[in-house]
Amino acid sequence: MNDIFQGLSQAMRLVLAFDPGLVEITLRSLHVTVTATLIASAIGLPLGAWIAVNRFRLRRYAIAVLNALMGLPPVVVGLFVYVILSRAGPLGVLGLLFTPTAMIIAQVIIITPIIASISHQAIRELWADYHDLLISLHASRSQRIGTLIWDGRRALMTAALAGFGRAIGEVGAIMIVGGNIDHATRVLTTAIALETGKGDFALALALGFVLIALAIAVNLALHILSGTERGSRW
Amino acid sequence: MVSPILPLTLDAVELRRGGKRILGPVSLTLDGEGITIVLGPNGSGKTSLLRAMHGLEWINRGHATWNGEADSVRARQAFVFQTPVLMRRSVLDCIAYPLRLDGIDRRRARDRAAELAVSVGLNATLDAPAQVLSGGERQKMALARALIRAPEVLFLDEPCANLDMASTAEIETILARTRDAGTRIVMSTHNIGQARRLADDVIFLHDGRIIESARRDAFFAGPGTLEARAHINGDLIP
Ligand SMILES: Nc1ncnc2c1ncn2[C@@H]1O[C@H](COP(=O)(O)OP(=O)(O)OP(=O)(O)O)[C@@H](O)[C@H]1O
Ligand SMILES: [Mg+2]
Repeated sequence: MNDIFQGLSQAMRLVLAFDPGLVEITLRSLHVTVTATLIASAIGLPLGAWIAVNRFRLRRYAIAVLNALMGLPPVVVGLFVYVILSRAGPLGVLGLLFTPTAMIIAQVIIITPIIASISHQAIRELWADYHDLLISLHASRSQRIGTLIWDGRRALMTAALAGFGRAIGEVGAIMIVGGNIDHATRVLTTAIALETGKGDFALALALGFVLIALAIAVNLALHILSGTERGSRW
Repeated sequence: MVSPILPLTLDAVELRRGGKRILGPVSLTLDGEGITIVLGPNGSGKTSLLRAMHGLEWINRGHATWNGEADSVRARQAFVFQTPVLMRRSVLDCIAYPLRLDGIDRRRARDRAAELAVSVGLNATLDAPAQVLSGGERQKMALARALIRAPEVLFLDEPCANLDMASTAEIETILARTRDAGTRIVMSTHNIGQARRLADDVIFLHDGRIIESARRDAFFAGPGTLEARAHINGDLIP
């Protein structure tokens, strides 16, 4: 119990003092995860919509694979990216290992299936509702997808937020590919792992509270910006 | 002048679903002007027939041929579904949607939609989400959306099923006006009075087949089949 109170008060102190170390790793966490979420959304949202509205032979397998990929163990993804990016690996020449870019790549691999799978589910329900109308009105293929994405935008935002939530709290993969290097690749989660290992529970907890607050703040900000609560019957 | 999309010809059209024949074989030609009313008991195939004509159903046997390529002539028809399809948009944007597909800008499309909402007697808040509409309002919304492209052929599947008498009368006036403006109308209904008032032709379906097809007066003067006679008299067939 004592640790928790100490952690809370230390978190307060760090935040109020705009502790430069804390600000740095918080911004890096945001940068890595927001970038990864944007890239994964750019891939996952259209992919999910595409699978929802197109009938193709391997569709059922594609959905099964997607759902299976959602459960990819981050450590394994990290290991995989490490091997690819390491000096001897196929992309070793790029020199990306132990950089934020490597962490972004790992997170994109982890959350793209989540975003694609959730958006597939949402778009499929909408497509079932709209199917007859869109066919009757002779909407073109791109008009159909455009309409479904626009009318399903709230569910799609939820998909992107689920991806963000998974990525911001992820530690296994980015620890491996980023290396938790101070002033280079240290982010909130890896710092928490480090402080816990060193036995500095108060600092680790303080960082944990900041992490949670960050996740909540991003969700709230997006929901308020998009006015989700206003149209509760949509 | 673009060539008209009619006549539509159904040649021994058959729909099979789940190993069962649910419609057909049905042969008919749709041409000229006026309103064709499709009558028949529940499950007799009215919805299936309308959907097959519009090109929404996979036809297992026979052919349905429009004067033109099946997909592109569909944009010149409109269909009011038995259960209105609500988009996750405002009422006005739902009605305006077909014009938006045609590339008409949002302002003009919404202005036109507002006019149509008035003309079908839709007195709801047009900026509210379509989901808040009552059953009858939904049907008026769907009718306004169907009329917005000024279709050459209009299919309506029980458009007055949830409407009170005043609204039904309003809709009948609009349909008569739409017919007079040259739109060919095909409509199913369970309302015999409505069929008498609106029909130029009547098709009577039983068990997936057309068992009668006649001009209105001939049909109501003396339906040739027991089933049709029972249906218009409101008898219960044992
Ligand atoms: N996809 C399907 N699979 C199996 N049976 C179907 C399918 N679609 C329609 N049917 C059956 O075909 C028959 C005709 O249905 P349809 O909806 O055309 O009837 P309807 O005349 O419009 O009836 P109602 O007056 O109740 O609207 C019904 O018995 C229905 O159960
Ligand atoms: Mg029906």
